[in-house]
Amino acid sequence: MRTGLSESDLEQAYDLIAAAIDRAGRDHESLFLAKLCLALSTQMTSIDSVVAAIRTAEQDLRERAPP
Amino acid sequence: MPRPAARNTSWYFTSPHFEFVAPPELQAVAVEHDVAIVGAGPVGLTAALELARHGVRCVVLDEKSELHDGSRAICIARHSLEIMQQLGLSERFVAKGLGWTHGTSYYGTRPVYRLEMPHSRQERFYPMYNLQQQYIEQFLVEAATVDSHIELRWQNRLSGIELTPAGATLAVQTPAGSYALRARHVLAADGARSAVRHCLGLKLRGDAHEGRYVIVDIRLASQYPTERRAFFDPPANPGATVLIHRQPDDIWRVDYQLRDDESETEALREENIRARVGTILQMVGETAPWELEWWSLYKAYTLALDDYRHGPVLFLGDAAHLVPIFGVRGLNSGLADAMNAGWKLACVVRGLAPSTLLDSYSIERRGATLDVFHNAARSTRFMTPPTRGYQLLQTAALSLAVHGESTRSLVNPRQSRPYSYLESPLTTQSPSEGAFEAGPAAGAPLVNRCLGQDTFLLDRLGRGFSGLYFSAAGDIPTSLRDLFANLALGDEAFQPILISSRGSGGAATASDDMSAAYGATEGTFYLVRPDRHVAARWKQVADTDVRQAFLRALGN
Repeated sequence: MRTGLSESDLEQAYDLIAAAIDRAGRDHESLFLAKLCLALSTQMTSIDSVVAAIRTAEQDLRERAPP
Repeated sequence: MPRPAARNTSWYFTSPHFEFVAPPELQAVAVEHDVAIVGAGPVGLTAALELARHGVRCVVLDEKSELHDGSRAICIARHSLEIMQQLGLSERFVAKGLGWTHGTSYYGTRPVYRLEMPHSRQERFYPMYNLQQQYIEQFLVEAATVDSHIELRWQNRLSGIELTPAGATLAVQTPAGSYALRARHVLAADGARSAVRHCLGLKLRGDAHEGRYVIVDIRLASQYPTERRAFFDPPANPGATVLIHRQPDDIWRVDYQLRDDESETEALREENIRARVGTILQMVGETAPWELEWWSLYKAYTLALDDYRHGPVLFLGDAAHLVPIFGVRGLNSGLADAMNAGWKLACVVRGLAPSTLLDSYSIERRGATLDVFHNAARSTRFMTPPTRGYQLLQTAALSLAVHGESTRSLVNPRQSRPYSYLESPLTTQSPSEGAFEAGPAAGAPLVNRCLGQDTFLLDRLGRGFSGLYFSAAGDIPTSLRDLFANLALGDEAFQPILISSRGSGGAATASDDMSAAYGATEGTFYLVRPDRHVAARWKQVADTDVRQAFLRALGN
């Protein structure tokens, strides 16, 4: 289930984040991603949504080697 | 072509051999051709057959003496089948091809996306058919061979082209010597390494993308249904993707991406291909014995000419543009090029339209290419992430998609769709265009509808312009009949298609459903070009507007 962005906006977000990771460079990508998550959290209307997103993102982390 | 060392012929297809026949020019007979087509591949032959359908003669040159080897373009989209129906050939494609509607994308071995292509009982054709290109070429060559408008010249190689005030003069090499061929118009359908393009000093511009694929055909008896399977980071090809498609004759297409650190030379050695394909088949549970059929190496490009018209020359298909395979838009967009160029050139040759009509070919089809680039570049970035950022995002999207819907749309392979000529100079935006709540807009292709037992809307199109007129009473007013007489293209009468619900006895009929789907009310009219695209539409038809839109659609 998805509520917020339309499919095309989500595609745009995909491209924008990918490009931003590349601009950050390997040394700074973790910090960039942490800042991005925090910034997006401030846009959420309830902590429950943040908790749910964290749980979702935690799944299968160890299953695959990082790219 | 790359085939196994132990067997250098196809398991399923034997090409006919095309003899060289000395053309009249070699006997010093002066001939001026209306149209010369360079390239007897699927695009050039479709253009030839469309010209022939409109009564225009052409000569087709090809350096080969046989059909292309290998299955090459194997996915034919519905709109291409609709083209073949107009050429009277769809039955052969349907009989031999494997129609399909579904696909599944996997992350590792877990399904993350179910591709469901738009399909319903309103459609005569499946959204996609898998068929080896040899069959596509065979069906087209056989039709062209028996058509008296088309002269096929095999083993005729283009070596030069000179533009003249009257058209072009082609230098042609044959086994019996060389000759000059004079033509008023030239269609360059000679593929990615177009000799016409080279001789005119024109260059494709655009991007080469990351990622290399080995494309392998195998012969394998399997009952797995016809659908598209895409694997991201599967155990059989870690860190890269695999695509599997079924083809007729127990042939299976297995495409696998090479990792960045793999050498092409090593990867293309027969024993390495066997090993990799074996691992992939094991992964998907295929245990029957199999044989290698053919293979090739593929890289994705988004490249196009700046203009598809160069004086008397129009560029079609791969000669004009190279697109990535992931959305199956290569051959399909080439066939749409052929149809677009075909009816327009026929109008110009027959003196029914100004030669500026040909400028709209480039505007419409280059627009289609740029649309393909937009979609294909996106699916290519997903299939073969070009940077670490894209690699991380792809992994994240796939990993999230295993557990929920939220990111699944990102995995959509965006298969080929027909392009809409919304902004074409040939398209008229009528005053009531904005009042339509449904139906194909001005510039869009008609959408098929079932009108009864094995009867569909597109079956009823004429050779020239057609028109859909909606009337509950089922009568075409006299004033409109007079108008229709003025919409003929020479001897190609305008084809009125009356959608009426008379005799329904109160129950909703197929016509009522169609009226709703086309946003139609009493007196609604769609003007349709010979290539099935809507030139304009009116909620309530007005005679003078229709005549103007008709003239505009002919480049006036």
